[in-house]
Amino acid sequence: MTLEKYKYDVVVIGAGGAGLRAAVEARDAGLSVAIVCKSLFGKAHTVMAEGGAAASMGNVNDNDNWMVHFRDTMRGGKFLNHYRMAELHAKEAPDRIWELEMWGALFDRTKEGKISQRNFGGHEYPRLAHVGDRTGLELIRTMQQRIVALQQKDQRETGDAEKNLKVFAEVTITEILKENGKVAGAYGYRRESGEEILFEAPAVVIATGGVGKTFKITSNSWEGTGDGHALALKAGANLVDMEFLQFHPTGMVWPLSVKGILVTESVRGEGGILTNSLGERFMFKYIPDVFKDKYADNPEEADRWYLDQDNNRRPPELLPRDEVARAINSEVKAGRGTEHGGVFLDVSKRLSAEVIKKRLPSMWHQFYELAGVDITKEAMEVGPTCHYVMGGVEVEPDTAAAVGVDGLFAAGEVAGGMHGSNRLGGNSLTDLLVFGRRAGMGAVEYVKSHGANPASDATIQKASAKIEAPFARTGGENAYSLHQELQEITHNLVGIIRTGAELKEAIEKIADIRKRSANISVTGDRKFNPGFHLAFDLDNMLLVAESTAKSAILREESRGGHTRDDFPGMNSTWRQVNHISSFDGEKVNIKAQELPALPKELFDLFDVHELEKYMTSEEIAKGGSK
Amino acid sequence: MARTLKLRIWRGDDKTGALQDVTVEANHGEVVLDIIHRVQATQMGDLAVRWNCKAGKCGSCSMEINGKPRLACMTQISAYGEEETITITPLRAFPVIKDLVTDVSYNYKKAMEIPAMEMPAGMKPGEPRMQQVDVERSQEFRKCIECFLCQNTCHVIRDHEENKKSFAGPRFFIRIAELDMHPLDILRNRKKTAQEEHGLGFCNITKCCTEVCPEHIKITDNAIIPMKERVADEKYDPVRWLGSKIRRREEVL
Repeated sequence: MTLEKYKYDVVVIGAGGAGLRAAVEARDAGLSVAIVCKSLFGKAHTVMAEGGAAASMGNVNDNDNWMVHFRDTMRGGKFLNHYRMAELHAKEAPDRIWELEMWGALFDRTKEGKISQRNFGGHEYPRLAHVGDRTGLELIRTMQQRIVALQQKDQRETGDAEKNLKVFAEVTITEILKENGKVAGAYGYRRESGEEILFEAPAVVIATGGVGKTFKITSNSWEGTGDGHALALKAGANLVDMEFLQFHPTGMVWPLSVKGILVTESVRGEGGILTNSLGERFMFKYIPDVFKDKYADNPEEADRWYLDQDNNRRPPELLPRDEVARAINSEVKAGRGTEHGGVFLDVSKRLSAEVIKKRLPSMWHQFYELAGVDITKEAMEVGPTCHYVMGGVEVEPDTAAAVGVDGLFAAGEVAGGMHGSNRLGGNSLTDLLVFGRRAGMGAVEYVKSHGANPASDATIQKASAKIEAPFARTGGENAYSLHQELQEITHNLVGIIRTGAELKEAIEKIADIRKRSANISVTGDRKFNPGFHLAFDLDNMLLVAESTAKSAILREESRGGHTRDDFPGMNSTWRQVNHISSFDGEKVNIKAQELPALPKELFDLFDVHELEKYMTSEEIAKGGSK
Repeated sequence: MARTLKLRIWRGDDKTGALQDVTVEANHGEVVLDIIHRVQATQMGDLAVRWNCKAGKCGSCSMEINGKPRLACMTQISAYGEEETITITPLRAFPVIKDLVTDVSYNYKKAMEIPAMEMPAGMKPGEPRMQQVDVERSQEFRKCIECFLCQNTCHVIRDHEENKKSFAGPRFFIRIAELDMHPLDILRNRKKTAQEEHGLGFCNITKCCTEVCPEHIKITDNAIIPMKERVADEKYDPVRWLGSKIRRREEVL
């Protein structure tokens, strides 16, 4: 087999929103860029984003601005966010949305003809630019078409569309190559043929998305196997706060085939209410103290809010996702769930059939075609589903450079820090664009100052040997069965509610699967062989699960996407701690690291009484770092 | 497990292949993609199939089920009778790579041939003002999930490999229509090039593409027919024809 080889300035792994935005930035700066993705071009998980992209353009309520957005993001993340990422995101999000429009995106409009913005959980003002409930598709298609436009330009100017920007679809990267301690490229295989492929490049941007497939019930597609998290760990980078996973409160629970598939938060934003099997609108019971002044404690006020948002508090259905997910979980555990273990979400009583089909077209479609439920007439059954990982590669906020590995960058869901302990809906799509662009800029700067760093033959051969290994074994473990075992463990022991004892058990069991996974064998040959592909994906998921369980057992408090039954309260001392995962070649190790303190100018954006709910008295006395 | 399903799955590659009989357990409420995954996990570890979102949003799991182009994730097994054998084959219009996976690169080549959106010079980010009614026409076409079922079913290329060179197919007719109706796009003559360069004239409006579209986009009625009508207007109306000749020099090509 002759090895397929390429040389680029930048290799972007992942062709979702973040990867494509990074690629556009690097190409615009004159660099040559390869985009590598596991699926066909344009199929990335970004298409699944429904509700919208949060940006304080102020088109619907002109009280909105970046400072309000910043505050909402920090509150949503329970102040564990890296302040600088939240700040950059809030400041730059509007420009990234307007830029999409210049590239052909067609968002829904306000009466004045501006980009319309909708309400969403945790956002003080209507802030989400959207296209019905298929905003993610609009984003990915716009970026895809932008890539094509750049290629057409290269075609006109050089006669070769793919000379400086090429998409390598259906390629899995198995290793980030390093030489002299710095990034030298990426190595992997073509999924179609199983043949190996080498990219030599001084800069690699990881934009691989999430880890949902580590869990049994998830809204993520097969691609969400934590590849980038694992690639970064193995390359010597760190992961930050991997204990924080977002269980989206409303996934479909029935029928079985669609269990976990997302029901967009816009259903609640548009007026959907949650009830239990007794018909109670239960969310009023679950408003935490820190949110009491922002959320209505009675149905009358909650209903009035839809008509008059300035003089009423928001309905509790629009609390941040972690709160709603825990509330649903508690109702079901208390025996007040539906037949299929969920609760009811109903939008039919508030909106006409026509309006529902107009504002929530893909939800109507999804329930009608997959569950035989007409949401204009009846309630949906919903329950929590593993949706998003807040934890991820530890990066420098301004450049998206991975801490600890020169030449490595990370953006989007695979990067950590931006969302703290819990992400607000709508912040993901703009996160992709803001930090995708910054990762592209970071890579450009790096390449210009460092130049090429070729990979040695020994490094390449080592990477190749790993791909060959599962074919050399016979009669070993089955990757599919091990994957199912892992999903049971994470679901039962590292899920939405955790305890120390269960996490300890999970860590042992994950280690056991990891040991057995070294013995996976593959049937068939290399050509488009899903069993072979899963063997590599599984290795990544095991590292992610280990990192999550080990971080979770150390954090003795409950905050955002990490709930400990044995430590139910939020603890201000723990707020000052990030958990950093690293990999020593054998196992994941966790260390505590101090969270960067809010600088004074950002500290002063908050009412000090609000900060008292999150911070220690010493922190309050200091008033932020200077 | 609620029932036992009989399947015939096409297995093979670009050179050879055959239908293979499989019996597999199935649960109430499952879709064909679930069944394929169960076959993969228990009987055929190397069965090749594309899929991503499993929610009808990404358009990856296109295949032919009992001869009909469909998304496997949106096809309920309850639609088939207890005794019925479900036959699953790869898309016919594209070359097989392996089993249910085909080489759809034709579509990406065609995408490259459609000139991109062109903004008016001097328009700055944040400036565009458009009314909802004006964006809705193009929004319908932007719902496309690129499953390529319309391309696969279109008889112009389904059994006529030779037409592929000069025919962009329904997916890219709606792309052209989308840009043509886009309130901001200033590139002229999109309808004319659809006819002259992208093979719109091959289409004889049998609406097969509309029928298979999982997003229910009215490909024929809302994109193809309006473009054909206006192309015809411009072609045969002598006044318009003269006008188009006179204007030509200023046009962006």
